[in-house]
Amino acid sequence: MAELLVFPALLAYGEAAFAYAGELRGPGLAGRLATWGVRLGWLAQTALLVGQAVSAEGFPWGTWAGSLNLFVWLVVGAYLIWGCTPRYRLLGLAVMPLAAVLLALAWAGGGTAVVESERSGAVLAVHVALMLAGFAGLTLAAGMAALYLWQERRLKRHERGVLTVRVPALGTLDRLSARTVIGSLVLLTLGIGFGAASFERGDFDAAMAVTIGIYAVYAALLVLRHEGWRGRRAALLNLAGFALVAVVLPITHFA
Amino acid sequence: MRLTLAGVSHHRAPIELRERVALELDACRALAARLGGEAVVLSTCNRTELYLAREEHAEEEAVRTLAELADDRGAELAAALYRLRDEGAALHLFRVAAGLDSLVPGEGEILGQVRTAFEAGSPGPFLDRLFRQALHAGRRVRLETAIGESPASVPSAAAALAQQVFEDLRGSRVLLLGAGKMSEATARNLVSRGAEIAVVANRTLEHGEELARRLGARALPLDAVADELAEADVVVSATGSSDHVLSSGAVAAALRTRRGRPMLLLDLAVPRDLDPAINALDGCFLYDVDDLQAVVAETISGRRDEAARAERLVEEEAGRFRDWHASLDVVPTIASLRALVEEIRDSELAKAGGRLSERERRHVESITSQILAKLLHLPTIRMKEAAAAADGVVYADVVRHLFGLGEEERRR
Repeated sequence: MAELLVFPALLAYGEAAFAYAGELRGPGLAGRLATWGVRLGWLAQTALLVGQAVSAEGFPWGTWAGSLNLFVWLVVGAYLIWGCTPRYRLLGLAVMPLAAVLLALAWAGGGTAVVESERSGAVLAVHVALMLAGFAGLTLAAGMAALYLWQERRLKRHERGVLTVRVPALGTLDRLSARTVIGSLVLLTLGIGFGAASFERGDFDAAMAVTIGIYAVYAALLVLRHEGWRGRRAALLNLAGFALVAVVLPITHFA
Repeated sequence: MRLTLAGVSHHRAPIELRERVALELDACRALAARLGGEAVVLSTCNRTELYLAREEHAEEEAVRTLAELADDRGAELAAALYRLRDEGAALHLFRVAAGLDSLVPGEGEILGQVRTAFEAGSPGPFLDRLFRQALHAGRRVRLETAIGESPASVPSAAAALAQQVFEDLRGSRVLLLGAGKMSEATARNLVSRGAEIAVVANRTLEHGEELARRLGARALPLDAVADELAEADVVVSATGSSDHVLSSGAVAAALRTRRGRPMLLLDLAVPRDLDPAINALDGCFLYDVDDLQAVVAETISGRRDEAARAERLVEEEAGRFRDWHASLDVVPTIASLRALVEEIRDSELAKAGGRLSERERRHVESITSQILAKLLHLPTIRMKEAAAAADGVVYADVVRHLFGLGEEERRR
C-alpha cells in the first residue's frame, strides 16, 4: 500500500512545477499553490520512504532507482528550507520540474516499490545517504546558479519586469550558492570517508573517478571564488560541475 | 450613531486649496478636541478629512470647519469638497488606509498617517472600532497583495534595482556624480535602505560640499573620481555635462580591483553621463533614465493589477464593519433582554434561597445560568444577523413587544 504514495507525491510535485510557472506572472495564488504542492508532495514521499525503510531488512535505496527516489526527497527537503518564503519561490522553477521528472524515473525503475531487501552494512547505508545528500545540495546550488544567470540576463537587458517578478538578489544567490556548495562538499567528504572505510584494493571504478572529479571541480570553484571569480563566472562553473553530477556520474555508476 | 466624513483630496482639490486646509499634527489634535464628541482629523499633503461620529449636525459642522480652514472661498471649496456618510464613509477610510485612494496606488506612507491621525484624534467607541478596522484592512492589503512592493518613482526604482543586485545595502558605498535634486533624491532613497553615501563629486566643488555635508559624505571635484570608482558599489550620475563623465575603460580598470564584486551604475542625466558600453562589462549593470522610467511604468501597471485584489480585501473588511455597525441597532434590545432574564433568575433564586444549602444554591445558580445562556444564544445570533440584513429594527421591536422590554420604565 505504501508504494502507492508515490502517485500523490508525483502529482503534488508536478502541480508545484506548473504553479511556479504561473508565479512568473506575478506573486499570488499560483505561488501559494506551488508551495503547498511541494509541502504535500514531500510529506507523501516521506511517508513512502518510511514505508520502504520499515519493510526492508537492509538499506532499501541501493539500486539506481532507489537512490534516485532518496535523492529527490533530499533535494526537495533542502529546497523546502527556502522555498516557503516568497522571495525564494522561483527557485522552485529550477528545482521542482527536475524533482518531478526524476521521481517519475525512480518509479519507472522500481525505486519506489516496497520490497524486502537484503541486509546491508550500516557503513554502506551511511555512505550512500551522505553522498546523496551532498549531491542534493549540489543540485540546489545549481538551481541557484541557473536562477542567478537568468536574473543577471534580465538585469543586463533592462527587462521591464525585472522588479515585478520576485527573485532573490544576485548577491544573495551568489552567496547562498557558494554556502550550499561548501555544505555539500562537507557531506561528500564524509561520504567518501565512509566509502573508503569499506574500500578494498581493486574496487576503484569509473564512478569513483568521476566523483573525485566532481569534488575537484567544486573545490576549484570555491578557491576561484575566493580569488574573485564571483557572479556569472562562478555560476557557469557551478553548472559545469552539476553537468558532471547529473549526466556523467549516473552513467558511470549505474551503467 | 451616524458616521460623517467631509474632506478634500488630490482628486479634485488643487494644491493651493490643499495647502490652505493642511494641518500639522498638533493642529489636527486641537481641532479634533474642539469639534467635540467623536472626531478624527486626517491631514496629509494630499488630503484633509474630518471624520465625525454623532447623531446630528455632523455634516454641517464638518463643512463649516473646512470652510474656515480654506479661508472661506466657498465656490472653490464646494467644487472640491466630498461628503460621505455611514457605509460610504467607512469604505472610503478603508481605501485610504490601504493606499487605494493615493496618488500612487498602494503607497505605504498613508497607513502610518492614518494611525497617527487616529492616535491624535478624539475617538470614542465608534471611531475607535472604525479606525482600528481600517488599519487592519491597510495591513492586510500590504501583507496579502504585492501592491506596495514595487517602486513608483525613478529614485525609488534606482534604489530597488540596487537591492536587486546587492539585496542588503548596508555597507554598500555610493558614489554621487553631480549635486542636483535628482542626485539627492536618489541618494536619500539609497540611504533609507541602508547604503552609505561615500563621495559626492561635482564640477563646482562648493555645491558638492554642501550636499556632501547633508549626506555625511566627502566632496571631490568631478575629475578626481577615477580613484574612488573601485570602492563604489553604486554610482549615481546626474551632472549637466555634455560629454561622458565616465568611460568604459575607467570602469573596466576599477572592476579589475573589485575581485568580482558587481557594480550598479545609474545614469540619470540627459544627455547621458556614462558610456553605454559599460553595460557590456562583466559584473556591471548600467541603467539610464529611460530604462528606469520603463521599470517604473511597468511596476505602476503591476500595482494597478494588484489594486483589484486589494479592493476585494478592503470591501471584505468594510463588510465586517458594516455588520458590526448594523448590530448596534439591536445591542440595546439584546442587553435589555439579558437583563430581564437575569432579573427573573435572581428573583426566583432569592425566593428559593432559604430552602437550599450553600452547595445546592451554587449548583442551582450554575444550572440556571447555563440554561439561560443556551436559551438566549440563538435569538442573539439571529438578531445580529437580521441587523446585518437591515431587518434589525423590526426584530428588535418584536422582541421588545413580546418580552415587554422597557414597559416598566415607561410606566414609571
